[in-house]
Amino acid sequence: MKISREDVLRVAELAYLDLRESELETYRAQIDEILEYIGKLNELDTSRVEPMAQVLAEQQSTDATLREDLTVPCAVAEDVLQHAPDPEPPYFRVPKVIER
Amino acid sequence: MTSTWTIDNVKEALAGKKISARELLADFYKRIEAKNPELNAYLALTPERARRQADRIDSLIASNNPLPPLAGVPVAIKDVISTRGTKTTCGSKILENYIPPYDATAVERLEAAGAVILGKTNCDEFAMGSSNENSAYGPVKNPVAPDCVPGGSSGGSAAVVAAGLAVASLGTDTGGSIRQPGSFCGIPAMMGSYGRVSRYGLIAFASSLDRIGPFATKVRDAAAILQTIAGRDPHDSTSTTALVPDYLAELAKPLKRPRIGIPKEYFAEGMDPRVRQKIEAGIALFRKLGCELLEIRMPHTDYAIAAYYIIATAEASSNLARYDGVRYGLRVPDDSLLAMYRKTRGAGFGAEVKRRIVLGTYVLSAGYYDAYYLKGQKVRALIAQDFRDAFTKVDAILTPTSPVPPFKLGERTSDPLQMYLADIYTVTGSLAGVPGISVPCGKIDAPPDSSSSPSASGVGARFSASLSESNLPAKSVADNKSEGSLLATRHSPLPTSSIKLPVGLQIFGPPFGEARVLQLAHAFEQAGGPEV
Repeated sequence: MKISREDVLRVAELAYLDLRESELETYRAQIDEILEYIGKLNELDTSRVEPMAQVLAEQQSTDATLREDLTVPCAVAEDVLQHAPDPEPPYFRVPKVIER
Repeated sequence: MTSTWTIDNVKEALAGKKISARELLADFYKRIEAKNPELNAYLALTPERARRQADRIDSLIASNNPLPPLAGVPVAIKDVISTRGTKTTCGSKILENYIPPYDATAVERLEAAGAVILGKTNCDEFAMGSSNENSAYGPVKNPVAPDCVPGGSSGGSAAVVAAGLAVASLGTDTGGSIRQPGSFCGIPAMMGSYGRVSRYGLIAFASSLDRIGPFATKVRDAAAILQTIAGRDPHDSTSTTALVPDYLAELAKPLKRPRIGIPKEYFAEGMDPRVRQKIEAGIALFRKLGCELLEIRMPHTDYAIAAYYIIATAEASSNLARYDGVRYGLRVPDDSLLAMYRKTRGAGFGAEVKRRIVLGTYVLSAGYYDAYYLKGQKVRALIAQDFRDAFTKVDAILTPTSPVPPFKLGERTSDPLQMYLADIYTVTGSLAGVPGISVPCGKIDAPPDSSSSPSASGVGARFSASLSESNLPAKSVADNKSEGSLLATRHSPLPTSSIKLPVGLQIFGPPFGEARVLQLAHAFEQAGGPEV
């Protein structure tokens, strides 16, 4: 077994994700099978391979992607707040996080 | 009735005043009203926005002004691409009421070129899936084979074009989500190189892999749409400054005996024999077109799915952290902030998304990062190297798009790994960042018995995870006479029915080699590829 029930609980906690009891075991079993499959990567010796995070590095110089650091108007605040679950313009309201 | 509209004949009809943009729009909405309840391919329509744009085009025509390249062309947009003022749900309950305050660059460019946006199309939740069955708003039916899936994740965008409910559409591709539904619905579907099209306004799944691209009924139209949306955008720092060639001009050029690679690893065990037969007939057609066919090796192909599902889920777990019930979308109230986060995410995300968040968080977590995420990135480098090596020998690579034809609705939903394995031929190009197109390559008979699965007739209902054992005789690139054996057809005696299932052939090109990919696909289409 690659992943235990405790692992899934720990990861769900890291991801702030409530899982129902039934989901816990289903996902554990499915992810276990996926990790088992992923284990085939160990057939490859990658000790001398540089990890690849993205594909553009060799195709484009960073100069082309950098711009002047200028302030530009962005008048969408009202629009954005209008669709928030609990707006109190100009703020988003959330449950209290500081205990008295 | 299926619409036969293409970009060119829309242009002709409008310029010749045979129909107005407003009338054409009404005609499409009438068809959508009639067929969408059955297909479930559109999630929302945008009639006001569409009418405003159609009126703009009609007034250009009335005043004899020059028309922009996509004037009056009705298009559909996948619901992971932001549209200002129109709900963009990503096929998720967590964004059920989300209204973006801005347009994606691709959408903005389509409208600036005169296209009329009809509405938003159904898709797998956050583009995670290969069948469109992971949408919170129900599955989409394949318009070509109604008891089959349309493919995914851009199932709705493929279905509306195949059903004549849009002339073209935008989808997104992270591991095959444009190409595979294009294959399943029998239409051309193009993914440009990573960086070719701005991702600004595309709601992120896996940022190093996500790409926007077109569906159309003809390769020429796919080229015209790509032309419109491609090019540098200051809002996306990964969009490239590389020049966008004139794709339509390139299409018209004759083929100059291009060298085409057939990677042995893509013809291994696990492919449905009827798909194989069509792909081999397609390859034979390329030979007839004067292409030089070479068998090549891409030795890390077999590891692509494993690397892809590490990288894609890791990036997804990070990208989807933004759905916390604070700024937009669903909030499940609680007195505690952290409990509000947990409840909102637990209730708002569907099963596949939760599974990927858990897997992605796990492969990034302390103690597992090196074993999984870092390993996945290293194998990604090896797969990209396979492509670089291949493109020193050949101009393009031909493969099947999918190892199986469209499968039945519900057939694969209970086994996520099996669903992932169906992406085997598409994820490689995603990881390497190269452009790829799926072009129709014949149709096969669906088995008459609706209870038996079309894909179960291959090597096994669950196809083998091993692609290392090829059915093709081993030959080297240097052996020029080797292509004969690639063209041998293997007939499988199967019962027939009136329903035909489309097969798609995939063409990969080197980075920013879209023009060559489109040119080959166009030549193939013109030579009768869709009927091989």
